[in-house]
Amino acid sequence: MITLLDLFSIAAIGVGTFFFVAGTVGLLRFPDSLTRLHALTKADNLGLGMVALGLIPRADSALSALKLIVIWVLVMLSGASTSQLIGRALRRGRK
Amino acid sequence: MSLRPFLDVILAGLVLGVAIFTITARDLFAAVVGYVAYGLLLAFVWIRLYAPDVALTEAAVGSGVTGVLLITAGKRLGALKNPAPEAQPPLTLKLLIGVLAVLVAGALGAAILLLPDPPPSLAPEAAAAADSAGAGLGNPITAVLMSYRSFDTMLEKLVLILAVVGVWSVGADKAWGSAPAELRQPKATAPMVFLAQMLAPVGVLIGIHIFWTGANAPGGAFQGGALLAAMWMVIMMAQLAKLPRIDAQWLRVALVSGPAVFLIFGLAGEVTAGSFFAYPHSLAKPIILFIEAFMVLSITAALPMLVAGPPSERPDR
Repeated sequence: MITLLDLFSIAAIGVGTFFFVAGTVGLLRFPDSLTRLHALTKADNLGLGMVALGLIPRADSALSALKLIVIWVLVMLSGASTSQLIGRALRRGRK
Repeated sequence: MSLRPFLDVILAGLVLGVAIFTITARDLFAAVVGYVAYGLLLAFVWIRLYAPDVALTEAAVGSGVTGVLLITAGKRLGALKNPAPEAQPPLTLKLLIGVLAVLVAGALGAAILLLPDPPPSLAPEAAAAADSAGAGLGNPITAVLMSYRSFDTMLEKLVLILAVVGVWSVGADKAWGSAPAELRQPKATAPMVFLAQMLAPVGVLIGIHIFWTGANAPGGAFQGGALLAAMWMVIMMAQLAKLPRIDAQWLRVALVSGPAVFLIFGLAGEVTAGSFFAYPHSLAKPIILFIEAFMVLSITAALPMLVAGPPSERPDR
């Protein structure tokens, strides 16, 4: 039986996968590093966020659901920081 | 029909592809990035082989710490002025290297293909031995590492210390005792400082958790120590903490504490439990956790020192 929660999971993970695919296409197709970074952050932040959100109803316990959220927040933190660092290095290289 | 075999084949193909990319990449940095990706994919392979402990180690050490090590080494190579122009090794040497590499790969492949069926395994014996001596540990991997093969585990940590001594000994005579060069030369940027300030507290907590939970679940001293080491590196890269002088007493005590404590308890086993590196049955779990705590300390000190490199003569700025 497919319950409402299952449907929610499928929808959220589907949306997350879409963002990952879109981000990957952007990474491969965009012309320069800054725009590629832009594409990549979409996959990191939104894609992973939606996948994590979709997995939360399927978690065994509240603790493992919390862990999923922590993983997402950590990836966002490191993704945002490294994007800043890469962007800065690019700008320095251009001058 | 299950989808998993297909995913496994795709994963194996990806690993092979990235490995070939890493070997053939002309650019040093590209090769390092390939190697890091290879390590992460390999971690997935270990998970698919139901070996989460190995996967954790591979991700933390094989990919993370080694990646930083290689990037730093590459940067230093690039910073060398006047690399020998067109210093190509002679053709005979290249051929010899190629032949040797093929021989090693061939021997490994033959060993795997010629395995008898069922393959010989020490696993049941190790599990039984660990069960008797590693009482109270829910994670058989930790029980085997700390009890059945405790001497090997102790020697592994000694190898780490030897590696640090090796790195230090490359420094100039004048620089002996001073701190290694800063990991990030000019000045730490704001995002790096922010990342270190946000990530380090969480990372330290997770590192200690992985060590503690290693007694009963996947995890352990090496994985936890590697995470703590990574956090120390992040803090040093953000220049929130200075690199320690290599003659600092606390650093050296931290480095040797793991194997030293291990050895003391191993020798004590001769008296208390009747054999070298055996633990009294009722106290096995607390003793193992106690030894592991010091091993975490050793690993946390050793890995960043490997990355930081030899002591530098430059005065601290």
